[in-house]
Amino acid sequence: MAQTQTSGIEASTPTDGKPSGPTGSGGGVGQQLVQALRGNIRQYGMLVALALIILLFQIWTDGTLLKPLNVTNLIQQNSYILILAIGMMIVIIAGHIDLSVGSLAAFVGAAAAVMMVKHQVPWPVALVAALLIGAVAGAWQGFWIAYVGIPSFIVTLAGMLLFRGGTQILLQGQSVAPFPRGFQKISSGFMPEVGPYTDYHNLTLLLGIGVLAIAVLQEVRGRRQAAAFGLELLPLGFFLAKLAAITAAVTVFTLLLASYHGFPIVLLILGALLVGFGYLMRNSILGRHTYAIGGNEPAARLSGVKSKRVVFLAFVNMGVLAALAGMVFAARLNAGTPQAGINFELEAIAAAFIGGASAAGGVGTVLGAIIGGLVLGVLNNGMSLVGIGTDYQQVIKGLVLLAAVGFDVYNKRKVGS
Amino acid sequence: MAGPVLEMRSISKSFPGVKALSDVNLSVAPGEVHAVCGENGAGKSTLMKVLSGVYPHGTYEGDILFEGEPCAFKDIRASEQHGIVIIHQELALVPYLSIAENIFLGNEHASRGIISWHRTLTHAKKLLQRVGLHENPQTRIADIGVGKQQLVEIAKALAKEVKLLILDEPTAALNDEDSRKLLDLILELKAQGISCIIISHKLNEIARVADSVTILRDGRTIETVAVGTEGISEDRIIRGMVGRDLDHRYPERTPDIGDVAFAIEDWTVLHPIDHQRKVVDDVSVHVRRGEIVGVAGLMGAGRTELAMSVFGRSYGRYTGGRVLLNGVEIRTRTVPEAIGHGLAYVTEDRKQLGLNLTEDISRNISLSALGKVSRHGWVNEHEEMRVAEKFRASMNIKAPSVFAETGKLSGGNQQKVVLSKWIFSEPDVLILDEPTRGIDVGAKAEIYSVIADLAAQGKAVLVISSELPELLGLCDRIYTMAEGRLTGEVDRTDATQESLMRLMTVSAATQNEQV
Repeated sequence: MAQTQTSGIEASTPTDGKPSGPTGSGGGVGQQLVQALRGNIRQYGMLVALALIILLFQIWTDGTLLKPLNVTNLIQQNSYILILAIGMMIVIIAGHIDLSVGSLAAFVGAAAAVMMVKHQVPWPVALVAALLIGAVAGAWQGFWIAYVGIPSFIVTLAGMLLFRGGTQILLQGQSVAPFPRGFQKISSGFMPEVGPYTDYHNLTLLLGIGVLAIAVLQEVRGRRQAAAFGLELLPLGFFLAKLAAITAAVTVFTLLLASYHGFPIVLLILGALLVGFGYLMRNSILGRHTYAIGGNEPAARLSGVKSKRVVFLAFVNMGVLAALAGMVFAARLNAGTPQAGINFELEAIAAAFIGGASAAGGVGTVLGAIIGGLVLGVLNNGMSLVGIGTDYQQVIKGLVLLAAVGFDVYNKRKVGS
Repeated sequence: MAGPVLEMRSISKSFPGVKALSDVNLSVAPGEVHAVCGENGAGKSTLMKVLSGVYPHGTYEGDILFEGEPCAFKDIRASEQHGIVIIHQELALVPYLSIAENIFLGNEHASRGIISWHRTLTHAKKLLQRVGLHENPQTRIADIGVGKQQLVEIAKALAKEVKLLILDEPTAALNDEDSRKLLDLILELKAQGISCIIISHKLNEIARVADSVTILRDGRTIETVAVGTEGISEDRIIRGMVGRDLDHRYPERTPDIGDVAFAIEDWTVLHPIDHQRKVVDDVSVHVRRGEIVGVAGLMGAGRTELAMSVFGRSYGRYTGGRVLLNGVEIRTRTVPEAIGHGLAYVTEDRKQLGLNLTEDISRNISLSALGKVSRHGWVNEHEEMRVAEKFRASMNIKAPSVFAETGKLSGGNQQKVVLSKWIFSEPDVLILDEPTRGIDVGAKAEIYSVIADLAAQGKAVLVISSELPELLGLCDRIYTMAEGRLTGEVDRTDATQESLMRLMTVSAATQNEQV
């Protein structure tokens, strides 16, 4: 994750609250750093929190947390929640909520299972069909929300029951298994190995180098452009330190993965989603309109934004991502089960809010959703490793959610006054 | 006669950057109906909020004496305990509670927290009788008309043992019949010894019910006039209301006026909830190329409603009318359609309807014409930034960078961002609704010269404003509206503040006689 994360952050720095002092107002270096951080507190706060949590559990578990096997596990365990969190973030930015994604993921997983196991449909066909089912389900909910005007809370609460019931009807209360090997690989597969034997997974190393190169190039380009537009820059020392941090993170992460089975396929999917949706939300007209609607719907409408269509599409997209998450989960379990996806919606919503979404809408980034999801994921994994029971795990996660949003509210109030 | 029931002495009230009231005096005799008049923004509502405790004691200067006692209300409850009750223009009733429940809301007949329905209903019935409303007290508010709701508000005031009733534009939302009934009721209450302050724009109403009139202008008391037996001269009130200083600098311009570019014909809009009410009634206006045309009117005249309805049917229910661009009828049923035809509407409420306050300057400016900085649906951020920088410089938007959140800018700078947004969309027709409301003098002058530039570029500009000097200083021609209808069209050279105000205060009843 690390490489895409860092490059994503850089990609979003130019717009998100540059230090607001007049250009060239000297001050100490420390003061400049404080200013730079204050402007990006939303962005960096959670990243720092994530790093601290990782560090805490790394020490607490005597290094088990970051063992290659566990890192791979962590990615595979949390992939479906992270996929959901991306879609959920977009829905929340648009000023809505989706409670149905867990049920929908289960429903789509069940449908795919029935297709593949009972009707011997080839798995790629089943996969595409499943994504289409997700799109249709999303369109169904989006229609009621955007065009009829029923609150999303109600529509998706209904959807939660609807799809859960549908799952049980499809599966007749039983698990359907097993899946073709190809399908299972969506969740548990790795990129193939090529080239001579080294101690590491060669393709993963290459990928790591590529990602690092792109990340550093992006950083340098971003800085050059910022300079061209006369924006205030991070002091050179800090910029170099940042580059070093990115390099270190990417290198460590790559070596970790490369010394086990290599690069998980699901991580490839996640990376593509993160970069793709990150770019979409930031650089497409559709993405801009989503922020505008969440920020001030009447104003957006009076500016010519087709708000109904944008909200509709946000739910269609959520449906497709819920379907994808359902596939990944089913593939991991190697079964379609009636109990799949329970509470997924809550995890995804929590991830979005921990990652900086605002309950009022209009605020948040796709990268934030991933960071929020990772905070939860590392907490889950780390607490399990040190033997904290699921009862206390829930209590702690609840408090973390409250603290993250509370910090944000407090911080905003301080800035506002 | 005894001393005044209410005396407000040297009231001053400031908001950040604005002095809303300065040294205002108001004196109401017992059993008197006292009218308060003034243009939009003259300070009427602020004065009433001071009186009713919305702005608590200590946030204003000056003294309030009620029945000879100095008062220091800390909230509305405190003023109500003294018998001062205000009824706002936007009624404060809960639609899904019954009439009786609304009358005693916050003032319930109850013992130990348990409501006595028997006492509630019998008392409600008595009160309804007093205000002449023949409805079952258990009827829901949502099921009765606005006129009757107004009576419920008065019954609610009576339940609080009102001694001084304040009515803010009580007939603004009512039809002629309901207005007449309401005014009769006010006179009846007066006979029962209840004093009344009525804020109104309708001079004929004032002439009918008021005993004296206090005129406010720019937060100052101009004069208090007693209405004699022979009635009051409307001229005198109008003269007092207008006459704001022409202290702003308006750009010198030699209008180069072409053919009619934009026309609205026979436009009629109904109220979004109350479909009986015509908010805009058969209005036709036109603007020529290079011309700046003003629309004058007081609160409730239907100016904003007209503009928003034309701009993508964004207000109320459209029932008829055409929009023509260069003589050809165009469709403006949705905002994108209107923008597509080269229309732009700068809203009067920039915070609620104009800006996304959580976003930065650059993203706000590009929003309505994102296509111009995009290719195949993808925004070119550098281009967007360049555009934003250009506007920041040309409009003199004072902000550290184009990435400053618009929510943190001053009113004047926010308004420049909204204007930039619409100028960037390169419209042929601009409708500017209160373009200088709530912004400082310097920014006003800058915005005036922007408007003049737009006209000089051959665009058709329609300016809606409550400030008559602004209209006189800026426009080539001015329409006046009152109660949803067009009441006049005056050339700049012929117009004075007095003549405009006369046309703006014409009410439906008297209009027919004049025409």
